[in-house]
Amino acid sequence: MRIGNMFLAATAAVALSATSLLAGSDRLSIDGQEMTTRAKAPDYTPNLDQVISGWVFRSEETQALELDDFDNPSFVFIDQANDLWNKVDGSEGKSCASCHDDVAEFKGLRTVLPRVVDGKLQTLEDIINSERVNRMGAEPWGYTSAPMAAMAALISLQSRGMPVQVKIDGDAAPFWERGKEIYYTRVGQLDLACANCHEDNYGKMIRADRLSQGQINGFPTYRLKNAKLNTVHARFKGCMKNVRAKPYKPGSDEFKALELYVASRGAGLSVESPSVRN
Amino acid sequence: MKRTSVLLAAAVLATAAQAAETSPGDVVFDNGAVSRSLTGVPGDPANGRKVFMNRKKGNCLACHANADMHDQLFHGEIGPTLDGVAGRYSEAELRGLLVNSKNTYEDTIMPAFYRADGFKRPLDKFKGKTILTAQEVEDVVAYLMTLK
Ligand code: HEC
Ligand code: HEC
Ligand code: HEC
Repeated sequence: MRIGNMFLAATAAVALSATSLLAGSDRLSIDGQEMTTRAKAPDYTPNLDQVISGWVFRSEETQALELDDFDNPSFVFIDQANDLWNKVDGSEGKSCASCHDDVAEFKGLRTVLPRVVDGKLQTLEDIINSERVNRMGAEPWGYTSAPMAAMAALISLQSRGMPVQVKIDGDAAPFWERGKEIYYTRVGQLDLACANCHEDNYGKMIRADRLSQGQINGFPTYRLKNAKLNTVHARFKGCMKNVRAKPYKPGSDEFKALELYVASRGAGLSVESPSVRN
Repeated sequence: MKRTSVLLAAAVLATAAQAAETSPGDVVFDNGAVSRSLTGVPGDPANGRKVFMNRKKGNCLACHANADMHDQLFHGEIGPTLDGVAGRYSEAELRGLLVNSKNTYEDTIMPAFYRADGFKRPLDKFKGKTILTAQEVEDVVAYLMTLK
Protein backbone atom coordinates (compact mmCIF):
# COMPACT_ATOMS: atom_id res chain seq x y z
CA MET A 1 0.00 0.00 0.00
CA ARG A 2 2.59 2.46 1.14
CA ILE A 3 4.89 1.74 -1.75
CA GLY A 4 1.96 2.02 -4.11
CA ASN A 5 1.09 5.47 -2.76
CA MET A 6 4.63 6.68 -2.92
CA PHE A 7 4.89 5.50 -6.47
CA LEU A 8 1.70 7.31 -7.41
CA ALA A 9 2.88 10.46 -5.69
CA ALA A 10 6.18 10.28 -7.54
CA THR A 11 4.42 9.82 -10.88
CA ALA A 12 2.17 12.76 -10.17
CA ALA A 13 5.16 14.93 -9.30
CA VAL A 14 6.87 14.03 -12.56
CA ALA A 15 3.71 14.76 -14.52
CA LEU A 16 3.36 18.11 -12.76
CA SER A 17 6.88 19.30 -13.44
CA ALA A 18 6.57 18.22 -17.07
CA THR A 19 3.44 20.33 -17.52
CA SER A 20 4.97 23.25 -15.69
CA LEU A 21 7.71 23.23 -18.29
CA LEU A 22 5.60 22.61 -21.35
CA ALA A 23 2.10 23.87 -20.64
CA GLY A 24 2.86 27.37 -19.49
CA SER A 25 2.35 27.31 -15.73
CA ASP A 26 5.55 29.28 -15.87
CA ARG A 27 4.40 32.43 -14.16
CA LEU A 28 7.23 34.31 -12.56
CA SER A 29 6.28 36.97 -10.13
CA ILE A 30 9.09 38.55 -8.15
CA ASP A 31 7.97 40.19 -4.93
CA GLY A 32 4.55 40.60 -6.54
CA GLN A 33 5.85 42.05 -9.82
CA GLU A 34 4.78 39.98 -12.86
CA MET A 35 7.55 39.04 -15.36
CA THR A 36 7.06 38.19 -19.02
CA THR A 37 8.82 34.81 -19.38
CA ARG A 38 7.42 33.97 -22.83
CA ALA A 39 6.90 36.31 -25.74
CA LYS A 40 6.05 35.91 -29.39
CA ALA A 41 9.32 35.53 -31.28
CA PRO A 42 10.39 38.49 -33.40
CA ASP A 43 10.20 37.95 -37.16
CA TYR A 44 14.00 37.96 -37.47
CA THR A 45 14.18 34.63 -35.56
CA PRO A 46 12.19 32.43 -37.97
CA ASN A 47 13.31 29.22 -36.23
CA LEU A 48 11.63 30.18 -32.94
CA ASP A 49 7.90 30.50 -32.25
CA GLN A 50 8.39 31.89 -28.80
CA VAL A 51 11.23 33.42 -26.91
CA ILE A 52 11.45 31.97 -23.42
CA SER A 53 13.32 33.09 -20.34
CA GLY A 54 15.96 30.72 -18.99
CA TRP A 55 14.06 30.74 -15.67
CA VAL A 56 11.35 28.54 -17.21
CA PHE A 57 13.83 25.71 -17.82
CA ARG A 58 15.30 25.53 -14.33
CA SER A 59 14.29 23.10 -11.58
CA GLU A 60 11.62 24.14 -9.12
CA GLU A 61 14.21 24.62 -6.36
CA THR A 62 16.34 26.93 -8.50
CA GLN A 63 13.26 28.78 -9.73
CA ALA A 64 12.12 29.41 -6.16
CA LEU A 65 15.30 31.34 -5.37
CA GLU A 66 14.30 34.07 -7.80
CA LEU A 67 10.80 34.63 -6.45
CA ASP A 68 11.74 37.11 -3.79
CA ASP A 69 14.78 39.24 -3.24
CA PHE A 70 15.25 37.97 0.27
CA ASP A 71 15.93 34.45 -1.04
CA ASN A 72 17.88 35.59 -4.10
CA PRO A 73 21.61 35.20 -3.30
CA SER A 74 22.43 37.98 -5.80
CA PHE A 75 21.29 40.58 -3.31
CA VAL A 76 24.44 40.21 -1.25
CA PHE A 77 26.19 41.62 -4.33
CA ILE A 78 23.58 44.33 -4.80
CA ASP A 79 24.48 45.49 -1.27
CA GLN A 80 28.15 45.52 -2.25
CA ALA A 81 27.30 47.54 -5.36
CA ASN A 82 25.46 50.11 -3.24
CA ASP A 83 28.65 50.52 -1.22
CA LEU A 84 30.71 50.88 -4.41
CA TRP A 85 28.21 53.47 -5.64
CA ASN A 86 29.03 55.66 -2.65
CA LYS A 87 32.75 54.97 -2.55
CA VAL A 88 35.14 57.74 -3.59
CA ASP A 89 37.81 56.50 -5.97
CA GLY A 90 40.28 58.00 -8.48
CA SER A 91 42.03 61.35 -9.02
CA GLU A 92 38.86 63.47 -9.04
CA GLY A 93 37.88 62.47 -5.50
CA LYS A 94 34.39 61.48 -6.57
CA SER A 95 31.99 58.57 -6.25
CA CYS A 96 29.08 57.72 -8.53
CA ALA A 97 26.86 59.31 -5.90
CA SER A 98 28.74 62.62 -6.18
CA CYS A 99 27.08 63.25 -9.55
CA HIS A 100 24.07 60.91 -9.68
CA ASP A 101 21.36 61.47 -7.07
CA ASP A 102 19.91 58.02 -7.30
CA VAL A 103 20.75 54.89 -9.28
CA ALA A 104 17.01 54.72 -10.08
CA GLU A 105 17.65 57.38 -12.74
CA PHE A 106 18.98 54.54 -14.93
CA LYS A 107 15.58 52.89 -15.12
CA GLY A 108 15.12 51.53 -18.67
CA LEU A 109 18.79 51.78 -19.65
CA ARG A 110 19.39 48.05 -19.51
CA THR A 111 16.54 47.32 -21.96
CA VAL A 112 18.32 49.12 -24.82
CA LEU A 113 21.86 47.80 -24.27
CA PRO A 114 24.07 47.10 -26.10
CA ARG A 115 23.57 50.20 -28.28
CA VAL A 116 25.60 52.14 -30.82
CA VAL A 117 27.09 55.46 -29.71
CA ASP A 118 29.33 57.41 -32.08
CA GLY A 119 29.71 54.39 -34.34
CA LYS A 120 30.78 52.09 -31.51
CA LEU A 121 28.82 49.31 -29.88
CA GLN A 122 28.51 50.07 -26.18
CA THR A 123 27.64 47.60 -23.41
CA LEU A 124 26.69 48.37 -19.82
CA GLU A 125 30.19 47.33 -18.75
CA ASP A 126 31.67 49.84 -21.24
CA ILE A 127 29.55 52.63 -19.76
CA ILE A 128 30.54 51.79 -16.19
CA ASN A 129 34.24 51.79 -17.04
CA SER A 130 34.00 54.98 -19.04
CA GLU A 131 32.35 56.67 -16.03
CA ARG A 132 35.16 55.45 -13.80
CA VAL A 133 37.97 56.44 -16.14
CA ASN A 134 36.67 59.66 -17.69
CA ARG A 135 34.64 61.17 -14.87
CA MET A 136 36.32 59.81 -11.75
CA GLY A 137 39.91 59.39 -12.92
CA ALA A 138 39.80 55.87 -11.52
CA GLU A 139 41.17 52.58 -12.83
CA PRO A 140 38.79 50.62 -15.05
CA TRP A 141 37.36 47.44 -13.55
CA GLY A 142 38.11 44.08 -15.15
CA TYR A 143 35.34 43.40 -17.69
CA THR A 144 34.02 40.33 -15.87
CA SER A 145 35.33 41.23 -12.38
CA ALA A 146 33.30 41.06 -9.17
CA PRO A 147 32.80 44.85 -8.77
CA MET A 148 31.83 45.12 -12.45
CA ALA A 149 29.28 42.30 -12.16
CA ALA A 150 27.86 43.84 -8.99
CA MET A 151 27.51 47.35 -10.45
CA ALA A 152 26.03 45.95 -13.68
CA ALA A 153 23.49 44.04 -11.57
CA LEU A 154 22.54 47.15 -9.56
CA ILE A 155 22.00 49.23 -12.70
CA SER A 156 20.13 46.39 -14.50
CA LEU A 157 17.89 45.89 -11.48
CA GLN A 158 16.45 49.37 -12.07
CA SER A 159 14.90 48.02 -15.30
CA ARG A 160 13.49 44.82 -13.81
CA GLY A 161 10.13 43.91 -15.33
CA MET A 162 10.64 46.15 -18.39
CA PRO A 163 10.79 44.49 -21.85
CA VAL A 164 14.10 44.00 -23.67
CA GLN A 165 14.04 46.23 -26.75
CA VAL A 166 17.49 46.63 -28.30
CA LYS A 167 17.83 48.51 -31.58
CA ILE A 168 19.07 46.31 -34.42
CA ASP A 169 18.60 48.47 -37.51
CA GLY A 170 20.34 51.59 -38.79
CA ASP A 171 23.84 51.96 -37.41
CA ALA A 172 23.32 48.83 -35.24
CA ALA A 173 22.70 46.60 -38.28
CA PRO A 174 26.32 45.68 -39.11
CA PHE A 175 27.03 44.74 -35.47
CA TRP A 176 23.85 42.67 -35.33
CA GLU A 177 24.77 40.85 -38.55
CA ARG A 178 28.22 40.07 -37.17
CA GLY A 179 26.67 38.71 -33.97
CA LYS A 180 24.28 36.56 -35.95
CA GLU A 181 27.12 35.11 -37.97
CA ILE A 182 28.98 34.16 -34.77
CA TYR A 183 25.80 32.61 -33.33
CA TYR A 184 25.45 30.24 -36.28
CA THR A 185 29.14 29.38 -36.81
CA ARG A 186 30.30 25.99 -35.59
CA VAL A 187 33.48 26.22 -33.53
CA GLY A 188 35.84 24.11 -31.46
CA GLN A 189 36.77 20.46 -31.48
CA LEU A 190 33.10 19.57 -30.83
CA ASP A 191 32.23 21.68 -33.88
CA LEU A 192 29.07 23.26 -32.45
CA ALA A 193 27.39 26.64 -32.85
CA CYS A 194 25.29 28.39 -30.21
CA ALA A 195 22.27 27.56 -32.37
CA ASN A 196 22.90 23.79 -32.28
CA CYS A 197 22.18 23.77 -28.56
CA HIS A 198 20.08 26.85 -27.81
CA GLU A 199 17.90 26.97 -30.93
CA ASP A 200 17.68 23.37 -32.19
CA ASN A 201 17.54 21.58 -28.84
CA TYR A 202 16.21 23.85 -26.11
CA GLY A 203 13.92 22.06 -23.66
CA LYS A 204 15.93 18.82 -23.90
CA MET A 205 18.31 17.41 -21.33
CA ILE A 206 22.02 17.52 -22.14
CA ARG A 207 23.17 15.04 -19.54
CA ALA A 208 22.26 16.71 -16.19
CA ASP A 209 21.28 20.12 -17.59
CA ARG A 210 18.10 21.20 -19.36
CA LEU A 211 18.98 23.33 -22.37
CA SER A 212 17.39 26.76 -22.46
CA GLN A 213 17.37 29.25 -25.31
CA GLY A 214 20.52 30.85 -23.89
CA GLN A 215 18.76 34.17 -23.23
CA ILE A 216 20.51 37.04 -21.46
CA ASN A 217 17.52 38.95 -20.07
CA GLY A 218 18.48 37.81 -16.55
CA PHE A 219 22.13 38.89 -16.55
CA PRO A 220 24.19 39.33 -14.51
CA THR A 221 23.10 36.01 -13.10
CA TYR A 222 23.93 34.32 -9.83
CA ARG A 223 25.00 30.74 -10.47
CA LEU A 224 24.75 28.07 -7.80
CA LYS A 225 27.66 26.39 -9.55
CA ASN A 226 30.19 29.12 -8.71
CA ALA A 227 28.27 31.07 -6.03
CA LYS A 228 28.84 34.46 -7.64
CA LEU A 229 27.38 36.90 -10.13
CA ASN A 230 28.28 36.05 -13.73
CA THR A 231 28.44 38.56 -16.54
CA VAL A 232 27.15 37.93 -20.06
CA HIS A 233 30.60 37.62 -21.62
CA ALA A 234 31.80 35.24 -18.90
CA ARG A 235 28.89 32.96 -19.78
CA PHE A 236 29.61 33.16 -23.52
CA LYS A 237 33.21 32.28 -22.73
CA GLY A 238 32.14 29.25 -20.69
CA CYS A 239 29.92 27.92 -23.47
CA MET A 240 32.72 28.30 -26.03
CA LYS A 241 35.20 26.49 -23.81
CA ASN A 242 32.71 23.67 -23.29
CA VAL A 243 32.77 22.96 -27.02
CA ARG A 244 36.58 23.17 -26.84
CA ALA A 245 36.73 26.41 -28.81
CA LYS A 246 39.08 29.30 -28.12
CA PRO A 247 36.72 31.90 -26.65
CA TYR A 248 36.72 35.50 -27.76
CA LYS A 249 37.90 37.90 -25.09
CA PRO A 250 35.35 39.41 -22.70
CA GLY A 251 34.76 42.95 -23.93
CA SER A 252 35.94 42.08 -27.47
CA ASP A 253 34.11 43.38 -30.54
CA GLU A 254 33.01 39.80 -31.28
CA PHE A 255 31.40 39.21 -27.89
CA LYS A 256 29.76 42.64 -27.94
CA ALA A 257 28.25 41.91 -31.35
CA LEU A 258 27.13 38.49 -30.13
CA GLU A 259 25.60 40.14 -27.05
CA LEU A 260 23.56 42.50 -29.23
CA TYR A 261 22.34 39.61 -31.36
CA VAL A 262 21.48 37.37 -28.39
CA ALA A 263 19.75 40.28 -26.61
CA SER A 264 17.62 40.83 -29.72
CA ARG A 265 16.55 37.18 -29.64
CA GLY A 266 14.98 37.94 -26.27
CA ALA A 267 12.99 40.98 -27.40
CA GLY A 268 9.85 41.34 -25.29
CA LEU A 269 11.10 39.28 -22.33
CA SER A 270 11.29 41.12 -19.03
CA VAL A 271 14.64 42.18 -17.70
CA GLU A 272 14.99 39.71 -14.81
CA SER A 273 18.35 40.81 -13.47
CA PRO A 274 19.80 39.66 -11.20
CA SER A 275 18.51 36.16 -11.93
CA VAL A 276 19.42 32.80 -10.38
CA ARG A 277 20.59 29.79 -12.38
CA ASN A 278 22.34 26.52 -11.60
CA MET B 1 76.50 2.46 -28.28
CA LYS B 2 74.08 0.19 -26.51
CA ARG B 3 71.82 3.14 -25.73
CA THR B 4 71.56 4.19 -29.35
CA SER B 5 70.46 0.78 -30.51
CA VAL B 6 67.79 0.63 -27.79
CA LEU B 7 66.58 4.03 -28.90
CA LEU B 8 66.60 2.93 -32.51
CA ALA B 9 64.66 -0.22 -31.67
CA ALA B 10 62.09 1.88 -29.81
CA ALA B 11 61.75 4.20 -32.78
CA VAL B 12 61.23 1.27 -35.13
CA LEU B 13 58.57 -0.16 -32.85
CA ALA B 14 56.77 3.18 -32.64
CA THR B 15 56.68 3.50 -36.42
CA ALA B 16 55.38 -0.03 -36.72
CA ALA B 17 52.53 0.81 -34.32
CA GLN B 18 51.76 3.98 -36.26
CA ALA B 19 51.76 2.16 -39.57
CA ALA B 20 49.11 -0.24 -38.29
CA GLU B 21 46.94 2.67 -37.17
CA THR B 22 44.92 4.57 -39.75
CA SER B 23 45.43 8.30 -39.25
CA PRO B 24 42.30 10.48 -39.20
CA GLY B 25 42.93 11.88 -42.68
CA ASP B 26 43.27 8.41 -44.22
CA VAL B 27 40.02 6.81 -43.07
CA VAL B 28 38.10 5.45 -46.07
CA PHE B 29 34.34 5.93 -46.00
CA ASP B 30 31.80 4.04 -48.03
CA ASN B 31 28.36 5.61 -47.71
CA GLY B 32 29.16 6.80 -44.18
CA ALA B 33 30.49 3.39 -43.13
CA VAL B 34 34.11 2.43 -42.37
CA SER B 35 34.70 -1.30 -42.78
CA ARG B 36 38.40 -1.47 -41.93
CA SER B 37 39.43 -1.43 -38.25
CA LEU B 38 41.39 1.73 -37.40
CA THR B 39 44.02 -0.26 -35.50
CA GLY B 40 43.79 -3.93 -36.43
CA VAL B 41 43.53 -4.64 -32.69
CA PRO B 42 40.11 -5.99 -31.62
CA GLY B 43 38.10 -3.51 -29.58
CA ASP B 44 37.68 -3.98 -25.82
CA PRO B 45 33.98 -3.53 -24.98
CA ALA B 46 34.65 -3.03 -21.25
CA ASN B 47 36.91 -0.07 -21.94
CA GLY B 48 34.48 1.13 -24.61
CA ARG B 49 31.77 1.29 -21.97
CA LYS B 50 34.00 3.50 -19.80
CA VAL B 51 34.86 5.79 -22.70
CA PHE B 52 31.13 6.09 -23.49
CA MET B 53 30.37 7.34 -19.96
CA ASN B 54 33.44 9.50 -19.37
CA ARG B 55 32.61 13.22 -19.62
CA LYS B 56 36.10 14.03 -20.93
CA LYS B 57 36.11 11.26 -23.56
CA GLY B 58 32.99 10.08 -25.42
CA ASN B 59 30.47 11.71 -23.08
CA CYS B 60 27.88 9.92 -25.20
CA LEU B 61 25.42 10.06 -22.27
CA ALA B 62 25.30 13.84 -22.72
CA CYS B 63 23.04 13.27 -25.71
CA HIS B 64 21.98 9.60 -25.66
CA ALA B 65 20.03 7.52 -23.16
CA ASN B 66 21.33 3.99 -22.71
CA ALA B 67 19.46 1.48 -20.52
CA ASP B 68 22.67 -0.53 -19.99
CA MET B 69 23.85 2.42 -17.85
CA HIS B 70 20.72 2.81 -15.73
CA ASP B 71 22.96 3.27 -12.67
CA GLN B 72 24.07 6.61 -14.12
CA LEU B 73 21.77 9.37 -12.93
CA PHE B 74 21.60 11.58 -16.00
CA HIS B 75 21.01 10.63 -19.63
CA GLY B 76 20.64 13.17 -22.41
CA GLU B 77 17.67 13.52 -24.75
CA ILE B 78 19.27 15.09 -27.79
CA GLY B 79 19.96 11.95 -29.82
CA PRO B 80 18.03 8.65 -30.04
CA THR B 81 18.36 6.06 -27.27
CA LEU B 82 21.11 3.59 -28.07
CA ASP B 83 19.26 0.56 -26.73
CA GLY B 84 19.46 -2.21 -29.33
CA VAL B 85 21.65 -0.11 -31.64
CA ALA B 86 23.62 -3.20 -32.76
CA GLY B 87 20.43 -4.45 -34.39
CA ARG B 88 20.03 -1.24 -36.40
CA TYR B 89 23.57 -0.72 -37.66
CA SER B 90 26.44 -2.91 -38.79
CA GLU B 91 29.86 -2.66 -37.16
CA ALA B 92 31.17 -0.74 -40.16
CA GLU B 93 28.29 1.73 -39.98
CA LEU B 94 28.86 2.28 -36.25
CA ARG B 95 32.58 2.88 -36.84
CA GLY B 96 31.69 5.40 -39.53
CA LEU B 97 29.24 7.16 -37.18
CA LEU B 98 31.93 7.49 -34.53
CA VAL B 99 34.72 8.62 -36.83
CA ASN B 100 32.56 11.31 -38.41
CA SER B 101 28.79 11.08 -38.20
CA LYS B 102 28.42 13.99 -40.64
CA ASN B 103 29.06 11.50 -43.42
CA THR B 104 25.90 9.69 -42.32
CA TYR B 105 23.79 12.56 -40.97
CA GLU B 106 24.71 15.82 -42.62
CA ASP B 107 24.49 18.79 -40.23
CA THR B 108 24.20 16.56 -37.17
CA ILE B 109 24.97 17.95 -33.72
CA MET B 110 26.93 14.77 -32.92
CA PRO B 111 30.68 15.51 -32.83
CA ALA B 112 33.16 13.67 -35.05
CA PHE B 113 35.25 11.60 -32.65
CA TYR B 114 38.14 10.78 -34.98
CA ARG B 115 38.79 13.92 -36.97
CA ALA B 116 41.85 16.08 -36.34
CA ASP B 117 41.49 19.20 -38.45
CA GLY B 118 39.09 21.50 -40.24
CA PHE B 119 37.84 22.98 -36.95
CA LYS B 120 37.37 26.72 -36.42
CA ARG B 121 39.04 28.22 -33.33
CA PRO B 122 39.90 24.98 -31.54
CA LEU B 123 41.43 25.50 -28.08
CA ASP B 124 45.21 25.22 -28.35
CA LYS B 125 45.39 22.05 -26.30
CA PHE B 126 43.02 20.27 -28.71
CA LYS B 127 44.54 21.63 -31.92
CA GLY B 128 45.31 18.85 -34.40
CA LYS B 129 43.95 16.25 -31.99
CA THR B 130 41.04 13.84 -32.20
CA ILE B 131 38.49 13.53 -29.36
CA LEU B 132 39.11 9.78 -29.10
CA THR B 133 42.17 7.75 -30.02
CA ALA B 134 41.87 5.14 -32.78
CA GLN B 135 41.80 2.34 -30.22
CA GLU B 136 39.15 4.11 -28.13
CA VAL B 137 36.96 4.31 -31.24
CA GLU B 138 37.43 0.56 -31.75
CA ASP B 139 36.61 -0.05 -28.08
CA VAL B 140 33.38 1.98 -28.26
CA VAL B 141 32.38 0.20 -31.49
CA ALA B 142 32.94 -3.14 -29.73
CA TYR B 143 30.81 -1.91 -26.82
CA LEU B 144 27.99 -0.69 -29.10
CA MET B 145 27.98 -4.12 -30.76
CA THR B 146 26.98 -5.59 -27.37
CA LEU B 147 23.80 -3.43 -27.28
CA LYS B 148 21.53 -5.98 -28.92
C1 HEC C 1 31.77 63.69 -12.30
C2 HEC C 1 30.39 63.33 -12.33
C3 HEC C 1 30.06 61.86 -12.56
C4 HEC C 1 30.53 60.77 -11.89
C5 HEC C 1 31.57 60.73 -10.78
C6 HEC C 1 29.83 59.63 -12.44
N1 HEC C 1 28.98 60.03 -13.41
FE1 HEC C 1 27.79 58.83 -14.50
N2 HEC C 1 27.31 60.38 -15.70
C7 HEC C 1 27.62 61.71 -15.43
C8 HEC C 1 27.06 62.53 -16.47
C9 HEC C 1 27.18 64.04 -16.57
C10 HEC C 1 26.39 61.66 -17.34
C11 HEC C 1 25.65 62.01 -18.61
C12 HEC C 1 24.23 62.19 -18.25
C13 HEC C 1 23.43 62.44 -19.47
O1 HEC C 1 23.94 62.30 -20.57
O2 HEC C 1 22.26 62.72 -19.28
C14 HEC C 1 26.56 60.31 -16.82
C15 HEC C 1 26.04 59.18 -17.39
C16 HEC C 1 26.00 57.94 -16.78
C17 HEC C 1 25.32 56.78 -17.29
C18 HEC C 1 24.61 56.66 -18.61
C19 HEC C 1 23.18 57.05 -18.54
C20 HEC C 1 22.54 56.93 -19.91
O3 HEC C 1 21.34 56.80 -19.94
O4 HEC C 1 23.24 56.93 -20.93
C21 HEC C 1 25.51 55.78 -16.39
C22 HEC C 1 24.98 54.34 -16.46
C23 HEC C 1 26.34 56.30 -15.34
N3 HEC C 1 26.61 57.61 -15.61
C24 HEC C 1 26.77 55.57 -14.26
C25 HEC C 1 27.74 56.01 -13.39
C26 HEC C 1 28.38 55.17 -12.42
C27 HEC C 1 28.03 53.69 -12.17
C28 HEC C 1 29.32 55.94 -11.78
C29 HEC C 1 30.29 55.48 -10.74
C30 HEC C 1 31.13 54.35 -11.12
C31 HEC C 1 29.23 57.26 -12.39
N4 HEC C 1 28.28 57.27 -13.34
C32 HEC C 1 30.02 58.32 -12.00
C33 HEC C 1 28.38 62.15 -14.40
C34 HEC C 1 29.09 61.38 -13.52
C1 HEC D 1 26.89 22.02 -26.28
C2 HEC D 1 25.74 22.85 -26.13
C3 HEC D 1 25.94 24.35 -25.98
C4 HEC D 1 26.45 25.21 -26.89
C5 HEC D 1 27.01 24.90 -28.27
C6 HEC D 1 26.33 26.53 -26.32
N1 HEC D 1 25.78 26.46 -25.08
FE1 HEC D 1 25.13 28.00 -23.94
N2 HEC D 1 24.55 26.72 -22.51
C7 HEC D 1 24.61 25.34 -22.58
C8 HEC D 1 24.09 24.77 -21.36
C9 HEC D 1 24.00 23.28 -21.05
C10 HEC D 1 23.71 25.85 -20.54
C11 HEC D 1 23.08 25.78 -19.14
C12 HEC D 1 21.60 25.42 -19.31
C13 HEC D 1 20.88 26.39 -20.19
O1 HEC D 1 20.51 27.49 -19.74
O2 HEC D 1 20.74 26.09 -21.40
C14 HEC D 1 23.98 27.06 -21.30
C15 HEC D 1 23.69 28.33 -20.85
C16 HEC D 1 23.83 29.49 -21.60
C17 HEC D 1 23.40 30.80 -21.19
C18 HEC D 1 22.74 31.17 -19.85
C19 HEC D 1 21.24 31.22 -19.99
C20 HEC D 1 20.55 31.72 -18.76
O3 HEC D 1 19.31 31.67 -18.74
O4 HEC D 1 21.20 32.16 -17.81
C21 HEC D 1 23.71 31.66 -22.21
C22 HEC D 1 23.45 33.15 -22.23
C23 HEC D 1 24.33 30.88 -23.25
N3 HEC D 1 24.38 29.56 -22.85
C24 HEC D 1 24.78 31.39 -24.46
C25 HEC D 1 25.46 30.64 -25.41
C26 HEC D 1 26.07 31.22 -26.59
C27 HEC D 1 26.03 32.69 -26.97
C28 HEC D 1 26.65 30.19 -27.26
C29 HEC D 1 27.49 30.25 -28.52
C30 HEC D 1 28.74 30.99 -28.37
C31 HEC D 1 26.37 28.97 -26.53
N4 HEC D 1 25.68 29.29 -25.40
C32 HEC D 1 26.73 27.69 -26.94
C33 HEC D 1 25.04 24.60 -23.65
C34 HEC D 1 25.54 25.14 -24.83
C1 HEC E 1 26.03 16.51 -28.86
C2 HEC E 1 25.15 15.36 -28.89
C3 HEC E 1 25.70 13.99 -29.22
C4 HEC E 1 26.79 13.35 -28.65
C5 HEC E 1 27.78 13.92 -27.61
C6 HEC E 1 26.82 12.04 -29.21
N1 HEC E 1 25.79 11.88 -30.09
FE1 HEC E 1 25.34 10.17 -31.14
N2 HEC E 1 23.81 11.13 -32.06
C7 HEC E 1 23.37 12.40 -31.77
C8 HEC E 1 22.21 12.69 -32.59
C9 HEC E 1 21.39 13.99 -32.57
C10 HEC E 1 21.98 11.54 -33.38
C11 HEC E 1 20.90 11.32 -34.45
C12 HEC E 1 21.45 11.69 -35.79
C13 HEC E 1 20.97 13.05 -36.21
O1 HEC E 1 19.80 13.15 -36.59
O2 HEC E 1 21.73 14.01 -36.13
C14 HEC E 1 22.99 10.59 -33.00
C15 HEC E 1 23.08 9.29 -33.54
C16 HEC E 1 23.88 8.30 -33.04
C17 HEC E 1 23.82 6.91 -33.45
C18 HEC E 1 22.80 6.32 -34.39
C19 HEC E 1 21.63 5.91 -33.51
C20 HEC E 1 20.37 5.50 -34.19
O3 HEC E 1 19.61 4.76 -33.58
O4 HEC E 1 20.13 5.96 -35.32
C21 HEC E 1 24.78 6.25 -32.75
C22 HEC E 1 25.12 4.78 -32.80
C23 HEC E 1 25.45 7.22 -31.91
N3 HEC E 1 24.88 8.46 -32.11
C24 HEC E 1 26.48 6.93 -31.05
C25 HEC E 1 27.12 7.87 -30.24
C26 HEC E 1 28.24 7.55 -29.39
C27 HEC E 1 28.82 6.16 -29.19
C28 HEC E 1 28.63 8.70 -28.82
C29 HEC E 1 29.82 8.94 -27.89
C30 HEC E 1 31.10 8.49 -28.37
C31 HEC E 1 27.73 9.75 -29.28
N4 HEC E 1 26.83 9.20 -30.14
C32 HEC E 1 27.78 11.07 -28.89
C33 HEC E 1 23.93 13.27 -30.87
C34 HEC E 1 25.08 13.03 -30.12
